[in-house]
Amino acid sequence: MDMINILTVFILAIFVGNEVIGKVPPTLHTPLMSGSNAISGIAIVGAIIATKIGGEIGTWLGLVAVIFATINVVGGFMVTDRMLKMFKKK
Amino acid sequence: MGYINLFYVLAAVCFIFGLKKLGHPKTARNGNMIASVGMLIAIVATLVGFGGIDFKLIAVGMIIGAIVGATFAIKVKMTGMPQMVAIFNGFGGGASALVAAAEFYTKAGTVESSTFLLSTIVLSVLIGTLTFTGSFIAFGKLQGFISGQPIVFPGQKILNALIALVMIAFAVGVVLVPANMMWYFIGLVVVAALIGVTLVIPIGGADMPVVISLLNSYSGVAAAATGFVLLNNGLIISGALVGASGLILTNIMCKGMNRSLANVIFGAVGLEQEGASGDAAGKQMNIKSYSTEEAAMIFDAAEKVIIVPGYGLAVAQAQHAVREVAEYLEGKGKTVLYAIHPVAGRMPGHMNVLLAEANVPYEHLKDLDEINPEFETCDVALVLGANDVVNPAARHDTTSPIYGMPILDVDKSRTVIINKRTMNPGFAGIQNELFGFDNSIMVFGDAKSMLTDLLKDLKEL
Repeated sequence: MDMINILTVFILAIFVGNEVIGKVPPTLHTPLMSGSNAISGIAIVGAIIATKIGGEIGTWLGLVAVIFATINVVGGFMVTDRMLKMFKKK
Repeated sequence: MGYINLFYVLAAVCFIFGLKKLGHPKTARNGNMIASVGMLIAIVATLVGFGGIDFKLIAVGMIIGAIVGATFAIKVKMTGMPQMVAIFNGFGGGASALVAAAEFYTKAGTVESSTFLLSTIVLSVLIGTLTFTGSFIAFGKLQGFISGQPIVFPGQKILNALIALVMIAFAVGVVLVPANMMWYFIGLVVVAALIGVTLVIPIGGADMPVVISLLNSYSGVAAAATGFVLLNNGLIISGALVGASGLILTNIMCKGMNRSLANVIFGAVGLEQEGASGDAAGKQMNIKSYSTEEAAMIFDAAEKVIIVPGYGLAVAQAQHAVREVAEYLEGKGKTVLYAIHPVAGRMPGHMNVLLAEANVPYEHLKDLDEINPEFETCDVALVLGANDVVNPAARHDTTSPIYGMPILDVDKSRTVIINKRTMNPGFAGIQNELFGFDNSIMVFGDAKSMLTDLLKDLKEL
C-alpha cells in the first residue's frame, strides 16, 4: 500500500518535471542545471533524519551527509543566483 | 507526524514554481529564490518535526557545508562553471548514498529490514555513489587534472560487463543473503564507485555537456531513491523533478550532436582516428594565416558579423574582449550577432553564461535554427575557439565521428575568420576541413590577446 502510494507520487512528479522544464530556452540551461542541482540537495532532509535514527555509525554517516548536502544546497543556490544576476542586468 | 508531510508538499510546490520561473530570463532569479525558500521550509520542518534531533551536531555539519559551498559559489570563475556544477552534483549524490548507508547500518538485520527497504537502499547507494565518483572524475577532466581525451584500453567493454555482473551479484546478496549482507553491502559501494569512474573516463571533452546533464539527472534520481528508503514524499518529489530536468537537458544535448545517449557513453568519440578523418587527413590543406591587422581590414569592410564562440573562448577567458570588439563594430554601424551551438562549451548553456557575464544582451545570442539562415548574408563569421560545431564534415563525410551532427553553417559566409591557438585538432580530436576552404582565414593565437590586438588594429584603421 505504502509502496504503491509513493510510487504514484514519484511517477506524477516526473510528469510535472517534464511539463515545467520542457520549455526552458538555451540561454538558461546552465542556471536551470545548477538550480535544479541545488534542489537535489533535498537529501539534506534525509541526512538530518539519519543522524537521529542511526546508532553511532549512522550518526556519523548522517553528519557527513549533512555536510555534503549543505555544500550542494548552499553552493547550488548561491552560484545560480550569481549567474542569474548577470542575466538580469540588461 | 502527518503534518510534516504537509510542509514537504509546500516545499515541493516552491520547487515547481521556482523551476517554472527559471524558464524566463526576467523571472529566473525570483524562481531560484522561491526554490531556496522551499528548501528552507523542508529543512526547518524536518528539524522541528522529528523529535530527538541533536541540533548541535546538525549545526556543525551545516556550518561546515555552508562555508565550503558558499566559498565555492563566490570564488568560482564563470569559465569554471561546468566543474562547479559537476562537483555540486557529486556532493548531492554522495549525500543520498550516505543517508541510505546510515539506514542500512541501523535497520539491516532488524525486524524493520524488509525486501523493499533493502532494495531501495541498494538502489540509492548504487546511484548516489556512482554519481559521487563520476562527478569527481568529470570535475578532474574539466579542471585538467585528468586528460580530457577519452581514456580507453583493450578489454574495457569486457571489464565493464564484468563489473556490472559483480554489481548485480552484490546487490542480490544484500537483499537476499542476510548472513553476509554487511560484506555484500561494502562490496556494492566499492563496485558502484568503480562504475562511476569507468562510466566517465572514456568520454571525451566535447561530450562533457551530456555527461554533466546526465550526472545532474542521477543526483536527482539518487535523492528520489533515498526518498523511497525513508518513505519520504519530499525527497521523492524533489528528486523526481531534478531527475526529469537532467534527463531533458541530456536529451537536448544528444540531439545537438545527433547522437544517441548510448553512443555518447560508449562511443569514446574524440580519439584521434588513424587515417579515418576523411578529406582532411587525406588532402594537404592550404591554410591562409593572417595577422590581426589584415583581419581588421576585413572587419572594416563588413556589414554583418556573426561571432561563433566555443570552448576556446572560455579557456582564454576572452568573453569581455569579444564584447569590446563587438561593441566597437556595432558603434561603426555594423550588425553583430552571436551563434550559439547547443553543445558549444562543456555544459548546456556554457557560452550563454560567459557572454552574460560580459554584459552581452541575451537577445543577441541566437541558437542554431535561428542563426543558420543568417550566414548566407553574413560578411564575416568569426569563429573563436570552436571547432567541431563548425566542421562541414558533419554534413557529408560518413566516416567522420561527428557525421550527422547539426552544425553552424559558417562556411556559407563570405569570409570565415577562425581563431585558434595552434593547428592542433580540437578537443574532439578531429581535423577540420573548414580551415582549408577558400573563404577561410586563420588567425592564430590566444583568443583574448588576439581580440585585444584586433580591437587596437580596428581603432587604428
